[in-house]
Amino acid sequence: MRSAWQWILALAMSTMIVFSFITDAPQQNIGESSRIFYYHIPQAWICVIAFIISAIYSAKFLKSKNLLDDDRAVNAARLGFMFCILATVTGSIFAKVTWGSFWNWDPRETSIFILLLIYAAYFALRGAMDEEHKRAQLASVYSIMASITVPFLVFVVPRITPSLHPEDSIIDENMKFTMSPEVRMIFFSSLIIFTVIFIWMFKLDNRISFLERFQKEKEA
Amino acid sequence: MYKFEVTNLSKRYGRLKLFDNISFSLSTGDSMAITGPNGSGKSTMAKIFLKTVIPNKGKMNFSHNDKELDTDVQRILTAFVSPYLNYYAPLTAEENILFFASISGINITGKEINVLLEKVGLEGRGMDTLSTYSSGMLQRLKYIIALIKKPALMIIDEPTANLDESGKIIVRNIIEELRGKCILIIATNEKEEYNLAGRELSLA
Amino acid sequence: MLSKAISIFLKDFRQEFRTRYAINSIMLFGITTLTVVSFSLGESNLPPKLSATLYWIIIFFSAMSSLAHVFVREEESGTAMALRLHTEAEPVFFGKFLFNFTVLFVLMLIITPLFLLFTDTYQGDMLLFSFILFLGIIDLCSATTIIAAIVARTSTKGALFAILSFPIMLPLLLVLVRATEKVFLESTFSQLSPDFIFLVSFPIVMLTASFMLFKFVWFD
Repeated sequence: MRSAWQWILALAMSTMIVFSFITDAPQQNIGESSRIFYYHIPQAWICVIAFIISAIYSAKFLKSKNLLDDDRAVNAARLGFMFCILATVTGSIFAKVTWGSFWNWDPRETSIFILLLIYAAYFALRGAMDEEHKRAQLASVYSIMASITVPFLVFVVPRITPSLHPEDSIIDENMKFTMSPEVRMIFFSSLIIFTVIFIWMFKLDNRISFLERFQKEKEA
Repeated sequence: MYKFEVTNLSKRYGRLKLFDNISFSLSTGDSMAITGPNGSGKSTMAKIFLKTVIPNKGKMNFSHNDKELDTDVQRILTAFVSPYLNYYAPLTAEENILFFASISGINITGKEINVLLEKVGLEGRGMDTLSTYSSGMLQRLKYIIALIKKPALMIIDEPTANLDESGKIIVRNIIEELRGKCILIIATNEKEEYNLAGRELSLA
Repeated sequence: MLSKAISIFLKDFRQEFRTRYAINSIMLFGITTLTVVSFSLGESNLPPKLSATLYWIIIFFSAMSSLAHVFVREEESGTAMALRLHTEAEPVFFGKFLFNFTVLFVLMLIITPLFLLFTDTYQGDMLLFSFILFLGIIDLCSATTIIAAIVARTSTKGALFAILSFPIMLPLLLVLVRATEKVFLESTFSQLSPDFIFLVSFPIVMLTASFMLFKFVWFD
């Protein structure tokens, strides 16, 4: 049994993938490899969104002391970590093709690298504790502390190392890049589709952890 | 008049159930002994009362004239003695006493310290570091640090652990003295000790 | 609050004075790395960028070797419980912060002249340099004190401290290195003002957040 929106999502995703390959490459001077743009940026976007969601649920846990909120923070972090790896790998491949090496310490590479480290540290911290409540509490505090440093990161890193990223990539606010309507259409549908998939996965994970907790309650 | 109320307290570790649905109410002047074999959860219950362990279910309420006390106030009014409570070994007994007094917001003079040292039979040892103390002497010192708080709720886990005969008499005297003045909770297995308390809560 | 914090600081100070654990380990670590650096570099005059980087690497890893000690000692000797039963969380945090500040201050007081001597980096305004170092100590302690408290409550302790601190400190380290480099290049105060804005705002944010979150780390 699948609900209608899930069918629509499957259809949209397939259409988006097909169109991302049959249309002209989004950046003429970079060429065919610039198609990665349709996948790489949504992945990086999810990575950041998941990080924020995780921090919000961590804060919520400290207030509610409800372990389900901690479960949600972990689920968001786990998905975020996965998308973070995907974004790093796709970005790194793109960097190799365009700039000639897999890693250049470009500001955005640095930022995502730090995000990866924060995620890894978060899981390492969780792994070092057995007692559920304590683990939830300390991990939540760490998650919040880490998210507080992110604005500093955004402020500092670009000033220290020069950027290699295409000036006109989507994250720059002053969109000098003239995205053709076609490119814009595919890019934003990709962004929306990835976000919906993320939310879906997140909800599924939350349901699983809810049931697990319910089961444990019952057994005890 | 202070009141310490516990309703439906339950604690388990995974599938191991320690105790279930414990309820009682104690007021100033009341005393209660928690008894039960090893591993029945006496110390865990003491730690729950001190809020260093979180129960799975149940409520605790510590109030003064029917007004619930703020957590920080509760902490100042609660004293605890236990064999697994440690103080600073590189510091002397006096330094430890002065330190715990000052962080609890209590003023204490050297004379008062001497009186207390004498009371538990540690006179003349105030300037020695705790690393030179025996376990029995440390147990005596714990009573001093508990008493300087002038507690409204006193929780004692294994009152005479590590103590010799004279130590046991000292502790019995302290308990007799405290009994009318505060809420006293003793976790113990020794028959003579739980006879000191007004009522018994058995975890067996 | 303040008098309690000072009591805790003095207690830690006295304890440290009698056992000398933290100060010994941080000094040995600092001096060892400094010796390795100066030995392998010989008498060559280092470019400012390199010497600034080396300086902060030495300081960072020395700090990592012993700043967690204030909390680890409480947990390992079993005295943390006594401390928890006697006072609120905030004075504990502030007292430990002061203690870490002192340890790091002593370290820098000894390492810095030796470093300047060994690497032959004299140029630049020394008053400005000292000012950066002073802010650096506050910055480092503001970010690591709460992490030290988190780490002390886990089973792995020491190993986790660097893992958890590094991502949070990275933007800070980048700024400290850059500001130090600028001083060595004989920059003036006004050229350093963006760095100073960072170095002053970072500890304010970190300390405020730590102050609010510390009770969740300290109590269950």
